[in-house]
Amino acid sequence: MTTTTSELTDSSAQEDGAGAPVTRRRRRGGGLGRYIVVRFLLIIPTIFILVTTVFFLMRTTGDPITAALGGRLPPDQLAQRVHDAGYDRPLFVQYFEYLGGIVHGDFGTTISDRRPVLDVLKTFGTATLELSIYALIVAFIVGIPLGMVAAYFRDRAPDAILRVFAILFYATPVFFLGLLFKLVFSVWLDWLPVAGRASTGTEIELSTLAHPSGFYLIDALRLGDPEAVQDVLQHAILPSLALGLLTAGIFLRLVRTNVIGTHGAGYVEAARSRGVGEYRLLRKHAYRPALIPIITVIGLQVAILLVGAVLTETTFEWKGLGFQLTKYLQARDFVAVQGIVALLAVIVAVTNFIVDIIAALIDPRVRY
Amino acid sequence: MATAAEAPAPTATPRRKRSWKQLPVIHQLRQSVGLQRGMLVAGLVLMGIFVLAAIFAPLLAPYSYGQLRDESGVFGAQQSPSGEHWLGTTVGGYDVLSRVIYGARTALLVILVAILLSIVVGVLLGLVSGYFGGWADRVLVVICDAIYAFPTLLLAIVVGIAISGGQSSLWGGIFAAALSITVVFIPQYFRVIRAETVRIKAEAFVESARVIGASNWRIMTRHVLRNSTRTLPLIVTLNASEAILTLAGLGFLGFGIQPTSGAEWGYDLNRSLSDVTSGIWWTAVFPGSAIVLTVLGLTLVGESLNDLVDPRLRTRRRAAEGEPSPVGEVAVVPGGTLAAPGGIRGLEPLGGEQ
Repeated sequence: MTTTTSELTDSSAQEDGAGAPVTRRRRRGGGLGRYIVVRFLLIIPTIFILVTTVFFLMRTTGDPITAALGGRLPPDQLAQRVHDAGYDRPLFVQYFEYLGGIVHGDFGTTISDRRPVLDVLKTFGTATLELSIYALIVAFIVGIPLGMVAAYFRDRAPDAILRVFAILFYATPVFFLGLLFKLVFSVWLDWLPVAGRASTGTEIELSTLAHPSGFYLIDALRLGDPEAVQDVLQHAILPSLALGLLTAGIFLRLVRTNVIGTHGAGYVEAARSRGVGEYRLLRKHAYRPALIPIITVIGLQVAILLVGAVLTETTFEWKGLGFQLTKYLQARDFVAVQGIVALLAVIVAVTNFIVDIIAALIDPRVRY
Repeated sequence: MATAAEAPAPTATPRRKRSWKQLPVIHQLRQSVGLQRGMLVAGLVLMGIFVLAAIFAPLLAPYSYGQLRDESGVFGAQQSPSGEHWLGTTVGGYDVLSRVIYGARTALLVILVAILLSIVVGVLLGLVSGYFGGWADRVLVVICDAIYAFPTLLLAIVVGIAISGGQSSLWGGIFAAALSITVVFIPQYFRVIRAETVRIKAEAFVESARVIGASNWRIMTRHVLRNSTRTLPLIVTLNASEAILTLAGLGFLGFGIQPTSGAEWGYDLNRSLSDVTSGIWWTAVFPGSAIVLTVLGLTLVGESLNDLVDPRLRTRRRAAEGEPSPVGEVAVVPGGTLAAPGGIRGLEPLGGEQ
């Protein structure tokens, strides 16, 4: 654990430009290879703790079968089903069995529709991935240039307006933004479809593909039907915008703070004294080093993005993991919930690992 | 939310030489200029409205949050805004305006409970962990880091299931929501306080207290804690806005408080999902705007505080009207106060202290 304030505040994008990498450094030798190994070993306890936390929290209220079916089955039948599933054994036995299952990639079987959780992930994961990628594209296109503009006009009108926008995007729950978009663009203006990933006709068409990737845009392109492509894209616009603008607000603030931070650095002053123009200063001298702390905190944005995806999918009936999670929550199918949550936690941990490695590749000071 | 933002103040310092002007928020307000002051004031105003609405909800709201009928009969579902129901009625037949106002009360209660709990637990753990160190400290750090990386809402869902099985009464719901949010926030307070504690315990004044024979507890509460709470107002405001969003997210996923036992904005938005498709806008727009304005107010205050305590981000007052040393006193978000013994050296990352 190094000094944490900079990490703590990055959810609000206040990470300081030069400080973070320096405080992360430890005065020890070690190459990139060593760093990767150490960092990799660190995600194992992380995943272990997360999975353990989720397991025990989910079991504090009782076994999943009673939760799902309690009151709907006579007590003896219920007890029989609990016994069959092994939920009447000591908690620790179940826990180790669960851990063992996870090591083999078995996250359990859902109660409501009796599917392996991993299967649910494979079916719906691509939809969430597709949405997240679109949202990230929107966030990058909108957030990073606007963040630089805000930094360039620091404390002047454009900066003020952009910052208010960034805060507004942060303050608006993604599902409310989604609802507003639906209301304006789908219901009032009738430009775009209300919900779903594609219209029924396209869905049927897509299901005829031999080996569907689950990524609707790719599948539609493979079909070679321009109408299907258009349909899929039209359905993607509003969810991607809702989720993407939320993330764009975060990026904007990150870029702004970091560019302002590096803008005051000695080497920028030096370049300015050599007669480098203001625009070039921003573009070449202040912007690039500002990217490093941004990359290191994108790992945390992945967590925010995933949560946002869960809510966006529910708003737009985008049939991904989040939509499915909501369905299982309502069915009180806690095995499925536990599986999906554990999986998402693993995804977040692994993404953080990858991001840290990328950051280390870019900036040698980051290494342990 | 001004109350919550100032909550840590009583423990912050012995108030011998300090006036009310030195209180967090008020101090920054006096220090701010121009745009930053505008943002801070706007945020404080929004927060004020929110708190007032929460406190005086029974007086302000025309009906109760769970009221379906009055003397003239049943309200009816999805009535558009009218003289009788200024903001219309929901799909369940409740008055939208009343539920929006009462929603502020639920949100405020959740924030207060969540932040008080997480400050108490987080600060205590951080203090003890940072002060004594050892293997317990390492284990806590690893656990908190792991939880910190966990997506907030997902963790809150899991905790919500653990506490209430996912359905609840007003107070049950408030505590379930607050506790789920607490679990998410504890690591944040833990990390900040622990880092500060580790830094401060190496200071000379702690050393001298130990030499005099002060007990560990006394050193922790009198010397370390009081010097390590500088950043708390900032974290509290940022967390308060996050708490509202998490509460709304929980409600939206159907983990909210039942409509008959309390009003909750996220739950109302969830119910309005199908309304929107048929063009009924008032059931979604008003609770949603309430969330946006509240979070906006809290975030504006948090942002401004953050900028004001960071000298690199703070807009400086012009020299002529400047205070004697605008930077010196509050310059030190990560490090603590320059006025503390140890002075600026305390800012240097402590080599062997990790």
